[in-house]
Amino acid sequence: MDALLSISGVSVRFGGVDALADVGFEVAKGALLGLIGPNGAGKTTMLRAVTGMVRPQTGSIVLDGAEISRLPTHRRVRLGLGLSQQIVRPFAGMTAVENVALAAGYAKTADPLKALATASRQAERDRARTLLDLVGVADAADALPAELPLGYLKRVEVARALALDPKVLLLDEPLAGLNTSEAARLADTVVDLNRQGTTVVLIEHNLSEVMRVCRQLVVLDNGRKIGDGDPAEVMADPAVRDAYLGAASEAPGEARDAAA
Amino acid sequence: MYEISLLTVMSFSVIFALSLNLITGFCGQISLGHAAFYGIGAYTAALFTTDGGSFWLALPLAMAVAGFFGFIVGFASLRVRHDFLAITTMGVGFLFTGFVRQQEFLGGEEGIAGIPDPGIGQIPYMLLCAAFAAAVIAFSLYVKRSWMGQAFDAIATDEDTARTLGVDVARYKLTAFVFGTALAGLAGALFAHYVKFVEVESFDFIESISVLAMVIVGGIGSVWGVVVAAAFLSVLPLLLQVFADYKLLIYGVLLFAVMYFAPGGIDSLMRMLWRRISGRRTAE
Repeated sequence: MDALLSISGVSVRFGGVDALADVGFEVAKGALLGLIGPNGAGKTTMLRAVTGMVRPQTGSIVLDGAEISRLPTHRRVRLGLGLSQQIVRPFAGMTAVENVALAAGYAKTADPLKALATASRQAERDRARTLLDLVGVADAADALPAELPLGYLKRVEVARALALDPKVLLLDEPLAGLNTSEAARLADTVVDLNRQGTTVVLIEHNLSEVMRVCRQLVVLDNGRKIGDGDPAEVMADPAVRDAYLGAASEAPGEARDAAA
Repeated sequence: MYEISLLTVMSFSVIFALSLNLITGFCGQISLGHAAFYGIGAYTAALFTTDGGSFWLALPLAMAVAGFFGFIVGFASLRVRHDFLAITTMGVGFLFTGFVRQQEFLGGEEGIAGIPDPGIGQIPYMLLCAAFAAAVIAFSLYVKRSWMGQAFDAIATDEDTARTLGVDVARYKLTAFVFGTALAGLAGALFAHYVKFVEVESFDFIESISVLAMVIVGGIGSVWGVVVAAAFLSVLPLLLQVFADYKLLIYGVLLFAVMYFAPGGIDSLMRMLWRRISGRRTAE
């Protein structure tokens, strides 16, 4: 099994707090890996370390054979990362289709002068519409972000990450804010994409969807890795159950919010 | 003739305002020292032609020198953001005036007089400036439509997210600074050969704020809005003595009014008006 993304010994300290302490795991080519853990476990920090939005103090991150831990974010993205963030960040002045088309035009925006030389956007807009249709929000293509509910924006964010044709798709809670049927549908879309060859790392609180779709789980708790492997086996581990269910039972309100 | 003067002033003011609009409007990088680059262009061209150089060569030279300094100042925008960038660029403006005042070869406090006439006559000079203004308008409209404009727009809105879409934010910002400051240099060279005399007061902090006011009143990032605001605000002091006397006061009131009542400037007011008119038409 080839590791497409290989993370080892990543430590991130914020002030005196260890957000991540010596965390490492491998994402095989074609994997659909669930990165889970209670709130504050360091899941989002891990994705931010992978994309370069956070600089780890130590550690190595290798994507498809290339060490990327010293590269700026935009170069990592161009080497094959696509990120959908937990807190959606659409460009407010652009419609949904323009948001996705901007990402789809990554080949044209690689260099400012090349970007100046071309104005045609039809191909990228067509691709953007296809992707919006794929995640189930084709009807919102021409709407501005301010006019769209969160459930739509989450899916526009996923479509925008997909438009980069990433080797590894990093999804930070894409299902949060979606109702049960929307969540199941988007999870199915992620599975389809994965079957077609996209490697996926999924952070998700919706444990039933995670258990349904993921074939590998990595569990973080307090910045440390406490589980890694087959989902059923990992969830059977008493240490994981303790960390995970302990936190989950404290936050029934959050689960309700996520389902709303 | 009076109208020729007005049109000439209008033309290089439009170029100057659009040059800042490229940096501040399109790419979202605030500058409170843009007059420095207008000045660099004016002084470069003035030195070159008073020394016997050709006016036609002075124009690209002014653009190159201003663009070179713009490139250097652009690095500041990679390290600092928003209000810190405002303070930094303001410092650049003061650095320019402070430096020029002390340099004998730049005429110090007295400035440079006796800049030779381009020798093409008043009306052709006006047409030349207008042609450059038209070219800069066309260029601005094109940039906005191009993929460069899309990337600028993303950076202006949220540069961290732009990075996650693979946009090399640093290179785009530097490009915006080089383009914007080179065009300011062109405007400065045209200005210098119109007034035939440059002094440091023409490029001070008040001038930087005035051109920023043109961009804000026109509508940050809007090409036509900024053209209208620059054309209008640049000739008002020539048309009305009272405007010349109270220029700063009027700019202050205008800036306050725009920020308070119509943050989108003339551009958004025009759009609102247009929607009303077309809305009424469809209602009938």
